[in-house]
Amino acid sequence: MSKIIFENVRKSFDRLDVLNGVSLEIEHGETHIVVGMSGCGKSVLLKCLLGIFEIDSGDILVDGMSARNKSQRNDYLKKFSILFQGNALFDSMTILENVEFGIRQLRNISPGQLKSIACEKLLSVGLEERVFNLYPAEISGGMQKRAALARAIALKPDVLLFDEPTSGLDPVTGGVICNLLKDTVKKLGITSVTITHDLKVAEFLSDRVSMLNKGRVVWTGHANDMKNCKNDFVEEFYQSSCAILGRH
Amino acid sequence: MIRSVATLGEYTLASLREMGRISIFAARGVVSCFFPPFFPGEILKQLLAVGFYSLPIVGLTALFAGMVLALQMHVGFARFNAEGAVASVVVIGITRELGPVFAGLMVAGRLGSSIAAEIGSMKVSEQIDALGTLLVDPLKFLVVPRIIAGVIMLPFLVLIADIIGVMGGFLVSITVLNFSSGTYLLQTVQSLQAIDVISGLVKASAFGFCITTFGCYHGFSSDLGARGVGRATTSSVVSSCIGVLVFNYLLTALFFGT
Ligand SMILES: Nc1ncnc2c1ncn2[C@@H]1O[C@H](COP(=O)(O)OP(=O)(O)OP(=O)(O)O)[C@@H](O)[C@H]1O
Ligand SMILES: [Mg+2]
Repeated sequence: MSKIIFENVRKSFDRLDVLNGVSLEIEHGETHIVVGMSGCGKSVLLKCLLGIFEIDSGDILVDGMSARNKSQRNDYLKKFSILFQGNALFDSMTILENVEFGIRQLRNISPGQLKSIACEKLLSVGLEERVFNLYPAEISGGMQKRAALARAIALKPDVLLFDEPTSGLDPVTGGVICNLLKDTVKKLGITSVTITHDLKVAEFLSDRVSMLNKGRVVWTGHANDMKNCKNDFVEEFYQSSCAILGRH
Repeated sequence: MIRSVATLGEYTLASLREMGRISIFAARGVVSCFFPPFFPGEILKQLLAVGFYSLPIVGLTALFAGMVLALQMHVGFARFNAEGAVASVVVIGITRELGPVFAGLMVAGRLGSSIAAEIGSMKVSEQIDALGTLLVDPLKFLVVPRIIAGVIMLPFLVLIADIIGVMGGFLVSITVLNFSSGTYLLQTVQSLQAIDVISGLVKASAFGFCITTFGCYHGFSSDLGARGVGRATTSSVVSSCIGVLVFNYLLTALFFGT
């Protein structure tokens, strides 16, 4: 379990300000959801948390360790595992090898156990055994997403990060994945941060939701309180998604 | 006028900066070769990719190079009745220059493009970021195996190219040019010195290093998107071909310059 603190985080690319002072606290064991418009910097926020992008100013602290501190880099990174928005499966390895590779780097496990854990994780995300020895390019996008998810949850991290875990999936699989996320997070008792566009997913999963707009957190609260929020942007976001979902 | 000088200056500075970056990258690559962790599986994969799969094109180019060299030398030497020197010229020409340079250029085209494209698209699809989150140093996982494979396998390829090239010359000489095979082979063996072959193999190692390093560098510094990867691939092939020719001159000067 880990506590994550964003302190006034700023990040820009070639004069394009993406994060304009994000401040956010995520408690031990909390399931936190980040929502926001496409292109508002959600993926960048996660990559800053992982230290893939160096932040311009501010700080990110995870259990007191800073993302900017290079000397603790390995211990810091070991806390996380992430499902990237684009899956990021290694295309020179089969699906099974992908999961095994992830586990092998971070956990001390014998080769026999390695395979059985990897298979178990792949089965648990609903992949059939026939795809285990296929390459990522040979399976559908939804299957890739599930394989990437299996790789992420196989690592037993302190913090799980999911970048749009259900996008591109049919509703049935999406539901399965959501349940799986919830179960995994509960079983491991860990902190998780999930990015999504889908407020239904947000309500189902979350303890708290943060709304990102124009590079800042404009609202944080429980998913159920969103409809009563007076912030213009939150209201618009909520109304629009209700219109699509046909809710009132 | 002033503007064109300024452009020239900018261009020069940009190239110098690029050269500096490549040098730093190459130095980091070399240093990483000597420190664990190693990825033997990856190294093996790359040895195979570089050595085995480049064999056909390298062998084919060497064969034709040897054949055409024999034909041309025969025509040239016939002008002053020195046809007997064909065997010597073919074997020295192939082992010192044509074998290594042709193999280097072919591998630069094949490998330079594939390395840059592979690493570039891994960067685009966040696979390099993913390696980082698994605490795997991309330099050790992707660059080191390729550099090692290049440095080790290119000399092997060139050795085989040498043999095939000389055989090409031999075949043309005994079938088309009516040499007796015994005399030709004897002359070949007599005129060959160890330094001819060794210099070629050393060159090959240097080419292997240069091609793989350029390929990796351009892959890593590729812009995002398919266009960026395309551009990285082109730069990689162009710069590794130039690199091969420059290294070839420098090493020739080192070995045989007075
Ligand atoms: N490597 C990069 N270099 C330059 N700009 C970048 C880079 N990565 C992201 N950006 C910019 O940062 C902004 C936010 O991108 P980001 O990927 O975080 O959006 P997002 O909120 O995840 O959107 P989506 O919901 O569509 O995934 C975009 O305008 C993008 O152009
Ligand atoms: Mg995103």
